[in-house]
Amino acid sequence: MNFNLAPNESSTLTMEKPKAERSTWSEFLVESSIRVVGFSTIGFVVLIFLFLLREGLPIFYEVSPGNIFGTRWYPTFDIFGSLPLILGSAYVTVASILIALPLGVCTAVFVREVAPQWTREILKPLIEVLAGIPSVVLGFFGMHVIAPLVRTNLDAPTGLTAFTGALLLAYMSLPTIISVAEDALDAVPKSYRDAALAMGATKWQTIWRIVVPAARSGIATAVMLGMGRAIGETMAVMMVTGNAARMPLSFNSLFMPVRTMTATIAAEMGEVASGSVHYHALFGIGIMLFILTFFINLVAAKAIFKKRYRGGLR
Amino acid sequence: MGGNGELMKKKVNLVLWCALALLLMVGCRGGNEKTEVAKGEAVSPGTIENKGSDTLVNLALAWAELYMKMHPEVRISVTGGGSGTGIAAMINGTVSIANASREMKREEIAEARANGIDPVEFVVARDAIAVVVNPSNPVDHLTLQQISDVYTGKINNWSQLGGENRPIVLLSRESNSGTYVYFLENVIRLGNSKSKLLFSPDTLLMPSSEGISSEIRKNPNTIGYDGLGYVTPDQKVIAVAKNDSGPFVLPSPETVNDGTYPVARPLYMYTAGQPKGQIKNYLDWILHDGQKLVSKLGFVPLQ
Repeated sequence: MNFNLAPNESSTLTMEKPKAERSTWSEFLVESSIRVVGFSTIGFVVLIFLFLLREGLPIFYEVSPGNIFGTRWYPTFDIFGSLPLILGSAYVTVASILIALPLGVCTAVFVREVAPQWTREILKPLIEVLAGIPSVVLGFFGMHVIAPLVRTNLDAPTGLTAFTGALLLAYMSLPTIISVAEDALDAVPKSYRDAALAMGATKWQTIWRIVVPAARSGIATAVMLGMGRAIGETMAVMMVTGNAARMPLSFNSLFMPVRTMTATIAAEMGEVASGSVHYHALFGIGIMLFILTFFINLVAAKAIFKKRYRGGLR
Repeated sequence: MGGNGELMKKKVNLVLWCALALLLMVGCRGGNEKTEVAKGEAVSPGTIENKGSDTLVNLALAWAELYMKMHPEVRISVTGGGSGTGIAAMINGTVSIANASREMKREEIAEARANGIDPVEFVVARDAIAVVVNPSNPVDHLTLQQISDVYTGKINNWSQLGGENRPIVLLSRESNSGTYVYFLENVIRLGNSKSKLLFSPDTLLMPSSEGISSEIRKNPNTIGYDGLGYVTPDQKVIAVAKNDSGPFVLPSPETVNDGTYPVARPLYMYTAGQPKGQIKNYLDWILHDGQKLVSKLGFVPLQ
């Protein structure tokens, strides 16, 4: 990477002097159109957020706070307790990350540090294919294959549980976690490994005590991005978690049905009369979801920026 | 300074180009819209838009197909989405007929009146709600009171109903479905309008009829309910009685029409104002000759 940077810089410097007349015009055009496109992305996000606020904020004065943050969700009867939904989303997401983190990091370590070149060349594209499977297909698979397995093997009353959802979500966030974690491992300077090996560390000790800890901020980013992916997932979750709006308070709730925020919005939005209290409640949940994902991404971004200031890492 | 002037010129140029491009785009769009409107006007006299209840959608489709075969000049488009969706569309004036598996609510009628629309109700068929369990479940008859206790969570093991020692898993359609509201009011609350009973929070809300039937098929712990037209042979239908002494009756066209099966409801079509022209002809046909199709789709014809 560093090799490329230097010649590029010098070439742009030399170009500016002689051919200014002809190239600046087109350059200006390209530059400004790219700028417009870039800024419009930010603009759209702002507009979407404003729309969310406009449609969702009314719920916070239409019904009492005790109702909104209550423990029962019966929108048809004006009971809008969003707590089971928020906890449901959090429960499924955290469980999925607990499953995906060890798997993802180990896969990244294997692909980056252990596997021979040819294996890596097969594995990397396969992992990317994994990211391309439509979630509704996974949901169908989960509903017909994984849910019965969960029920019979864990002796749960039903296979449509938070755990089944967490399994699917873990599978879905794996590609993100693996590729970001792999980049982080890749960014650990060779000198670290060389030094560790020179001190007499085995390959395993080098990986586990030097390389992985050095890449921990990148791995944390991977986890946050995976979480962002998991909490926003809708279709697969709606198909396998059973959608019962109960409070998931005990460990046992992992093997009980659960209702997430995303599934609630997706399942109910089609039927509500626009402008009704229920409609505003669904957008209110949208606002909460937006804020949640925003903070998760913020934490991830912070980790990314921190990495940039640390010496040695790319 | 000279460079600055140059840049200004270019900026002006750019703005001009952009303006031109924008004008072109706007011009194109305007043209398209016009042609679309023209098309719409040409077709609309013969098109009947029909939208609403997912329970009714298959029957409405069958009616539309047969009617279009007999009257090729009429176009009928049928879409589902739920009773509320269809009624909302009728109130907004985007469809001419709304299908509903429940009566219009008082607020909905008020909203329609505010929009200058006076909805007219037609009962087009009847539907029985079947209570279903997994075929391996030995329980085959329940009273309404027992079903109510099961769905509120008072009874949570099959052994309390004379079955095996298994937990009961409750299945229901999503809360936006007309079937959900009907079941709550007439089974769980036993038709008592003062009752405040609700589905147990442990009830699994399935996004589709297929979701219910696949879970019923695979899981011996489950109990569910759905329109009779959606019950597949691999589900076991429960015989239901009004009270402890009453006979236990299986749902069928006969038992619905003679009133012995207690969980049956009318299905509705709503029009915006008294129907005229094509729409009137179509509804007249549904209420008479169209009834022959009803029983083929698992529903109950009117007479």
